[in-house]
Order: sequence, then C-alpha cells, then structure tokens
Amino acid sequence: MDEPQIYAQLTEVFQDVFDEDSIEVTPKLSAKDVDGWDSLTHIRLILTVERAFKIRFSTSEIGKMENVGDLVKLIKERA
Amino acid sequence: MNTLYSELQWLPRVPEDFAGRLKALGNSASPLGRELQALASYALDLNQLTKLAKAIGVASLDGKSLDPLVPFRLAVLSNSTIDLIVPALVASAARHGIVLEVIQPSYDQVAQEALTPDSKVNNSKPDAVLFALDYRALPLKLTLGDPEGSASTIQGGIGYLQALRNGIKTNSNAVCIFQTFAPPVEVLFGSLDRALPGTMRSLIDGINRELAGFVPDSGDVLLDVAALAETVGLADWHNTQLWNMAKFSFSDELIPLYADHVCRTIAAIRGKSKKVLILDLDNTVWGGVIGDDGLEGIQIAQGDARGEAHLAVQRIALDLRQRGIVLAVSSKNTDEVARKPFEEHPEMLLKLNHIAVFQANWNDKATNIQAIAEELSLGLDSMVFLDDNPVERGLVRKLLPQVAVPELPEEPAWYARTLAAGGYFEAVAFATEDLKRANFYQDNAKRADLQKQVGGVDAYLASLDMTITFQPFDATGRARIVQLINKSNQYNLTTRRYTDPEVTEAENDAEVFTLQVRLADIFGDNGMISVVICRPYEAGVWEIDTWLMSCRVLGRKVEFMVLREVLEHARAAGVHKLYGTYCPTDRNKLVIDHYAKLGFTKVSEDDSGLTRWELLAECANPECAPMKIVSRGFAEAKEKSIS
Repeated sequence: MDEPQIYAQLTEVFQDVFDEDSIEVTPKLSAKDVDGWDSLTHIRLILTVERAFKIRFSTSEIGKMENVGDLVKLIKERA
Repeated sequence: MNTLYSELQWLPRVPEDFAGRLKALGNSASPLGRELQALASYALDLNQLTKLAKAIGVASLDGKSLDPLVPFRLAVLSNSTIDLIVPALVASAARHGIVLEVIQPSYDQVAQEALTPDSKVNNSKPDAVLFALDYRALPLKLTLGDPEGSASTIQGGIGYLQALRNGIKTNSNAVCIFQTFAPPVEVLFGSLDRALPGTMRSLIDGINRELAGFVPDSGDVLLDVAALAETVGLADWHNTQLWNMAKFSFSDELIPLYADHVCRTIAAIRGKSKKVLILDLDNTVWGGVIGDDGLEGIQIAQGDARGEAHLAVQRIALDLRQRGIVLAVSSKNTDEVARKPFEEHPEMLLKLNHIAVFQANWNDKATNIQAIAEELSLGLDSMVFLDDNPVERGLVRKLLPQVAVPELPEEPAWYARTLAAGGYFEAVAFATEDLKRANFYQDNAKRADLQKQVGGVDAYLASLDMTITFQPFDATGRARIVQLINKSNQYNLTTRRYTDPEVTEAENDAEVFTLQVRLADIFGDNGMISVVICRPYEAGVWEIDTWLMSCRVLGRKVEFMVLREVLEHARAAGVHKLYGTYCPTDRNKLVIDHYAKLGFTKVSEDDSGLTRWELLAECANPECAPMKIVSRGFAEAKEKSIS
C-alpha cells in the first residue's frame, strides 16, 4: 500500500472512530490535537486500524507511537 | 473467529444509510424510541454501537420521550476496563426495547462499591447490578491434587461473591446479575486440568457449578459468560495482549456479542422475551415446496443431508414448545396441501397438535402474522418469525417491525443454530407453569380469521427493484423449462407435460409463441419462474396452451407483466384474440380465477369444472407492476423500464 492510499483509508477510520467528518489526518496529528482522543479512544482507534488494514501491532509498537506519522510508518511495513 | 456469533449474523446487516438515519433522528415521523430500536436492530459493530449510544444519550439529556422503550438502570461493577463496553450496552439495550442508564463507578472498585452503604452504586438505587468480573477477580490459588484445599478455595471464591451480593442487597436491594467465569486458555497438564482438583480449570468449574446452583434460586440472575466464551472459543474470547495493555477481560471483537447477551438478560428480567415461534413451511420446516413436490418429494428423511437440516428445525421447535414457547405456522400454500405432511408424512416430527394457529393461504404474511397475534391475544413483540425467503423476511420486518425476524444463511444446516444463537427466548427463571403454557393455547392448529390487510405491501414490493426478463425458449433454458413444465402443479393452468424433444419442437416452430420468464430482485436472482406457450388456434387467434408460474413469486403481479408481454407479441403477430383454458386438477385450485383476474371473459364451463376464457387484444390493458422489463431474443432486442 502506498502512503496516499493509507492516509485515505486512515481518514475514514478516524472519522468513524471519532464520529467527526471534519478530521484531517496529517503526519503530525496526535492525541493532544483531537477532542475526545483519550487513552480508551486510542485503544478503540488502534483496534479499528488493525481491523481495517488487517494487521496487528505489538504492545511495544503501540506504546512507542507518538503521532499519526509513526502509525503510518508501521502500516506501510505491514499492509 | 466464528462469525455467526462475532458478527451477530441473526441480525440484518447494517444498511448504507445508517449514519444518515442516525443524524436525522428526531426529524422522522415515527416516535424517537421506535426509530432508535429500529437502528439498534442491525448487526452494529463497536464503533456503530458507540455512535448510537451517543445519540441515545443526547436524546435522554434533551428530555425527549423515548416511549415505547422501557427504562432500566444498571450498575456495572468490574475488575476490568468496561469503558468501551458501556456504550455497547446502551445501544444494544435499545434493540431489546430498553432505555439503559448505566452507573459506572471508577475502575476496579468492586468491593468498595458493593459494600459501602453510600457508594455511588448503592446511592443510585439501580434496578440491577451486573458483576462483570473475570477469573482474575477471584481469590484463586492453585491447590494441585488437593481436594480439601480445592474445596476451600472454591468456597472462598463463592464467599467473596456472596459478600458482594449481601452488600448490594443490604444497601440498595437491586437484582444481582452474576457472571460465570471463562477459564484461561493456558493449561498445565492437558486433560488432567479438568480432572485434577486444584487446577485453575477445575477450580473455576467448581465455582461456576456452585453459582448455577444457588443464584437462580435466590431470585438473582445468572449470566453464563463461561458458556458464551466456550461457544465462540476460549482462545478467541481471551485476548491477553488487550488485558496487558488496557485491562480488557475479553477480546474487543466480542463486545457487541457480550452486550447483546447482557441486554437479552435485562429484557428477560423485564418480561420482554419472546413467547411465540411462527414457522414458514416450504424450505424451512422441510426441504422443497409441498405444493409442487408432493409428500414424496419434500425432504425430511433421516439419512438425507438436506432433510436432516430441516428436521433439526422441527426438533428445536418441538423442544422450545416443551419449555412453553407457542408454535404457529404462516405459509403461502393451500391449507389442505400444507397440512398434509403434518397428517401423513411418517418422518414429520411436528404434528398438527403441536401448532396453536395454522395459517396457510395466499395472503401476505404480515396480515397472517397479525391474525396469529390476535388469535393468541399476544403482542406482535412476543413473536419470532422463521422463514428461509429473504423477501418474506424483509416484508415482515418492514410492515411489522415489532416481530423478531432472524436472518438465515443460505445453508439450511445452520438454520436451527442461527435461531438458537438469536437468543429470542432467553429466560431468567423457569417454573413448571411454563411447561404447560403451550397446552393452554389448545394446540388445535386453528385457522385465524384475517383482519384487515396490513398496509404497505405494495410499497414494499416496489422497493425490491425487480427486473423481469422475457425470452423465447432457447437451448440454454431448455433443461429448466422442461423441469418447470413437469414439476409445477399448483400454479399451472393446464398441467400439460412435455418431454425435452417436445419442448425443442415448440422452440423451433415459428408458429408457436414461447416464453421463459426470469425474475431478479435486490435479494438475488430467482431464476426462471414462469413458462408460457401459445399455439395458433385459428387465423388471428392464439390458444394459451401452457401457463405456469413458481409459487415463490406469487403476489408480485408477475402474471400481469407476463400477459402484457404476451399481448405485445400477439399484437405484433396480428393476433386479435387469446383463448385460455383452466383444466382443474386436485392440485391447482389456486389458479381457478387466474384468467378472471387478468380480465378474460369466461366463454364456457363444463361439468368437470374445466373453464374456457377469451381476451380481445384490442381492449386489453393489464395492470402494470413496478419492475424493470428486459425483453430479448425475440425479433429485435429491447429494454424498457416502468416505475
């Protein structure tokens, strides 16, 4: 999968999880930028991403992610 | 993962417009509570459940009435993270007719909340407290091979749960819902983990057995999570990585399933479990169509793979009846024909005296189910309707939304399991009176009088996006044409049987007008469903030699569209009159008025009941049904659409 495809699908995921059509998914986007992105929504987000891209992240990978760019890097390796 | 359970496949799939309908809530004509229940009735995933729960929350805050949903306050105590489960509970509750308010204390405060008199939970005076505990919450330690140590550990665990229960009973007197425990996947020995006292497996087995022993008798409620986990598979139930990261007791993928089970239990507490199972007959309770296949042709024999699948449906129906569920029948068949297998087929498990109300006629099933409800004096919301035909399921769901209609897969082998998976008849108590309830309805297979027609059938049919395809006989269709000609008995005007060579002859005879008709709709292609043969009678006159149709598409005005097509070709061929004959047999009384309904005039009738009819092409204008027409293979191919 190339980056534009990943970002396109990720945007759908974010809009679904946060129930917010106006979310723009950029590499620097992180929890502090989005209302309601708390630790539990983060879990729901990661789980939805895993299902959508049919991949699994390890516990330490999830722990190390700081922003969407880190997430996209991992997806690119796996999907 | 077994998707029947994880994707709640007995529920209809989420429609495209779900998000739109959610946004438009409150703007529709129907009451808010009904619309919420309708939206909840699809197989929603976790994100969709969360969105619906948010909408329910907003409506509650706005003080809007959510009638006819019934309120219920549930406190949830857990040693695990339940934040993602709570919205799933709220949304799933709407599916079962409940407006759920969840009292959720801080994480892992189970004992504190239960035992402190003025805790958040006790102060809220909940209707019920759900102890959503997993095995990690229990004070269990291994006592391998030590029966006394093991018994004492089990008693310790039970003692802990009873202390929690006493706290709640003393302080808020709510109903307590206790979950059984799903043991961890990892075993130490293998088979001995079950046999040896003091292993995790046998300790948890012991606790579950004790709970099953005293909880229901005490007026509290058992939620058998251990069975649920076993059903989907322990290895799919437990997600160790999720426990480590976020303290989830079980896989997030199973949250919608778990939430549905909790809500079924709450609905059962509120007396909202279903009481009646209404069965379709053809291809549901036996394989095949009784009207066409006859007693010899339907499949219910032991040793026949298809037959066994349908017998399983009969068996589960009988077993449900034994526990007090009332059985009824709604079938599109002539009454005598539908009753025959019950009376005469040696392999039938169901007999007429198991059926309280037996509706077999050619009216729509919504009107019939309404009649069943009135005859039994039970609400539509206590009914479950089982039918293999997605068109019938869609009709009943649309016109009688309170009736539960499980989705069924293509393969009949899974019908019984899917019905059971739906959990429509969940009960929290069982009394000997229940055993007698089915008899109270005097199972004499009564025929209920139909009340006024349930509205909306025409609109529903129009929504099916039907396409009707007309072609002359050809080599590709021949096998199916021959089959239909030889096996159709009910919707068959003259019951003339032709062999393959005879059909080929008609196909090649330029003087003979032949028609093979196919019908497709949003649920799929029904294949070839009607065959017509017209032969020259005299100059300018055609004799309708053969007109037959599959009963599966009755009630959709296909015969009107067929007549329109016949007339078009007749006129093009310079034909000004059509003759039709009804040859009565012991199976085709259904079509005695076929030509009358199509606007033909009766010309003669003889002692045997044989009738002849005529139609003048010039003034004939049969009514049109909402379907797209494709006509091809004739002199020129054309495509038209009528809306």
